[in-house]
Amino acid sequence: MNDHHATQHSSHEEAHVIEYGKYIFVWLSLIAFTGITVTAAGIGLGNWTIVLALLIASAKSWYVMNYFMHLKYEDRVFRVFILVALITLAIFITFTFWDYSFTR
Amino acid sequence: MANVAIPADTVEPSYLEVTTNTHKGLLGWILSVDHKRIGLLYLFTMLAFFFVAVGFGFLIRLELISPGKTFIDAQTYNQFFTLHGIIMIFLFIIPGLPAVFGNFFLPIMIGAKDVIFPRLNLLSWYLFIIGGLVAVAAWLLPGGSADTGWTFYVPYSVRTTTNVLPALIAAFLLGFSSILTGVNFITTIHRMRAPGMSWFRMPLFVWGLYATAWVQVLATPIIGITLALVIIERTLGVGIFDPALGGDPILYQHLFWIYSHPAVYIMVLPAMGIVSEIIPVFARRTIFGYKFIAFSSLAIAFFGSLVWAHHMFSAGMSDTAMFVFSFLTFVVSIPSAIKVFNWVSTMYKGSIQADPPLLYVLSFLFQFSIGGFTGLMLGALSVNIHLQDTSFVVAHFHYVMFGGTGFGIFAAMHYWFPKMFGRMYNKKIATWAWAIVTFGYNLLYFPMFIMGYLGMPRRYYDYLPEFHPYHLASTIGSWILILGLIIMFTNLYIGMRRGPKAPMNPWGGVTLEWTTQTPPILENFHEIPTVTTGPYDYSKYEIEASEKKETT
Amino acid sequence: MSSSTQSAVHHVHRDDYGSRMGMWLFLFTELILFGGLFIVYAVYRFTHQQEFHIAAQELNTTVGLVNTIILLTSSMTAAMSITAMQKGNIRFSKGLVWVTIMFALAFMVNKYFEWSAKIHHDIYPGSKELLNKPEGEILYFGLYYVMTGLHALHVIVGVVFFLFILRHITQGKIQPTRYVRLENAALYWHLVDLIWIFLFPLFYLIH
Repeated sequence: MNDHHATQHSSHEEAHVIEYGKYIFVWLSLIAFTGITVTAAGIGLGNWTIVLALLIASAKSWYVMNYFMHLKYEDRVFRVFILVALITLAIFITFTFWDYSFTR
Repeated sequence: MANVAIPADTVEPSYLEVTTNTHKGLLGWILSVDHKRIGLLYLFTMLAFFFVAVGFGFLIRLELISPGKTFIDAQTYNQFFTLHGIIMIFLFIIPGLPAVFGNFFLPIMIGAKDVIFPRLNLLSWYLFIIGGLVAVAAWLLPGGSADTGWTFYVPYSVRTTTNVLPALIAAFLLGFSSILTGVNFITTIHRMRAPGMSWFRMPLFVWGLYATAWVQVLATPIIGITLALVIIERTLGVGIFDPALGGDPILYQHLFWIYSHPAVYIMVLPAMGIVSEIIPVFARRTIFGYKFIAFSSLAIAFFGSLVWAHHMFSAGMSDTAMFVFSFLTFVVSIPSAIKVFNWVSTMYKGSIQADPPLLYVLSFLFQFSIGGFTGLMLGALSVNIHLQDTSFVVAHFHYVMFGGTGFGIFAAMHYWFPKMFGRMYNKKIATWAWAIVTFGYNLLYFPMFIMGYLGMPRRYYDYLPEFHPYHLASTIGSWILILGLIIMFTNLYIGMRRGPKAPMNPWGGVTLEWTTQTPPILENFHEIPTVTTGPYDYSKYEIEASEKKETT
Repeated sequence: MSSSTQSAVHHVHRDDYGSRMGMWLFLFTELILFGGLFIVYAVYRFTHQQEFHIAAQELNTTVGLVNTIILLTSSMTAAMSITAMQKGNIRFSKGLVWVTIMFALAFMVNKYFEWSAKIHHDIYPGSKELLNKPEGEILYFGLYYVMTGLHALHVIVGVVFFLFILRHITQGKIQPTRYVRLENAALYWHLVDLIWIFLFPLFYLIH
């Protein structure tokens, strides 16, 4: 596993400074996504409403994590960690549905 | 590990004499952020809880010595087995290896001066001790302690009038203690390894702790929130699991076991790490299949998170779920078996030295294998219907948790004792204690397999006369086991107080902790070592052995 | 592996990277903590689809939308305070943390009025009105109170966290060359935001 970087990183690496303008751009995108999700919920797509809502929420999370939480500028091992955490959560949810999706 | 030059003759005050603060006596311990002192704080508090839980176990067994009421009533019996379970699981087995020996030896084994967040480490211990006291104190409250069993199944846990709340709160706090330890260990292993200590030069105990820490971080929050939901449901009447309000009690069971099955691996993975440490040392051989053992730890942690519903085969799940979870249960046995084969292969043609730590490890192998195989029996759907909720299950998980992890803890205590306290226990008495403990243990639990198979339900206060011989044997076994434990701990205590001074490396170990002073100094190393070889490099011994063979 | 010598001598040498890693790991536990609730939500929504739809009509989408915008904006100001600190603009950084706290309080005020309105309509755990509703609606409101309540608790913790940060900036413990605590507080705050990003559509936008 992630053998490569962990110990090679010096503790005081040069910090990556993200400009205010970029944050404002990300914020505008997030507001726009929120607008889309509210509008889409209003037009009645039936079962697709929840799918669309979750997709948009995931897109928003991607922006928040990458820019606000600086993930884009972190070491690769951080992204591996998040992947592990998300896969674990996904397993917990989907495997519970082995029970609920089928006739008891 | 070679090339670690530390002058053996410079004796500095050990961590037992100096601490990280200016306090003396007890305050110097409970305010110390030294990982070794925190490890010992865990050791002694954990053992105190262990003795309490053994006491409850003894009383349960005594009550079952004959059918009908022997000396306590049914309600008290229910509370006793609940307390026995809660204390053993949350206060002994789960923190046993990571919090005690992980804290003490993880930093030393990777060549670091401490864990990365020492103050967080101390906070974990405080959460642990507060949680432990809350769990035990509930016993003194009017209404008595919880009688739900350690699983707190709803709707009973929402409705019973006993003090379930303290137990739930305690388990919640203990969960957070465990999470913080996990966070600390993962970060420490990533950031604090000594120069040259690459991932595949880490001792296997560290690999075990690493896999464990991930399970602690990713599974424990589920039980935290689940127990919090039961607390909310009990106090505020919010409808979540209670069927009267539309809730689904089986969903509670899912959430409970999503954590509590992986928790079994929190318990057993570090014990497997211990076994991987001890076998090479006492067989004088390099471990067989290092990478397989390392990766099987991660594989167990992963597959172990996929099998939780095998605890619920008779609860009323869908058939599809039963099929899937049964299949995955069989898969998870593969990495465990890989480990067992590797351990046995390591001993093959080794030069075996039957000291107490190895003896406990041999008991581990025997008992863990029985526990593992009976686990497969329980994982098979058809057999499970017959055996679910019988004492066969009780025997199975005691063989894994006590026969496996418990004996792993005993092995670790005997293995690292000289390093931790700088003194040696009496090996002959320790060997006797091992024999008595192992015999008593098997006499206590093996009859449960048989009577469970014959239909003795678990957690029952009373039983039919035909089960009497098995219960009698089992209770006698509990007396022998306790006798052995008394001998073992007395021997260790005497060794700690006035045993002979231990040398730096009494067993001939080659991992980093044996290159430090005995007992270790405050920050472990005079100079951070540089690591040049993998762990368990016994090539020197192996060459010597083969030369000897050629000359004779 | 050469530079790892530095990370090992942690007592004299700080390890910002390690601190952030620890914080991320802690955030995973928060994520899974809410994840448990999302499992419960998913199962009950699946088994009681109609009732969840009907119950959701009771919630005021506008209030939820306003709170979403408040949290997204506060996340931005929290992130910007790091940039300000990195640029050496300590006063601006402090100002941005204050703005973040104000947004957090605005969120709580909003939440307070929302909950009071529900309780005023006699919809709260154990109320007669609620117990007369179908089971799915009882579950929906149970989850609504628990999930938004736990989230609100995290908002409060975030405020406390930021108040400590302000103190540390004043005391000089957080400086333009040493600001990992500010980063970690912001990380925590973004997680609170992330949770809300999912709570909002799941409770307010079921149509």
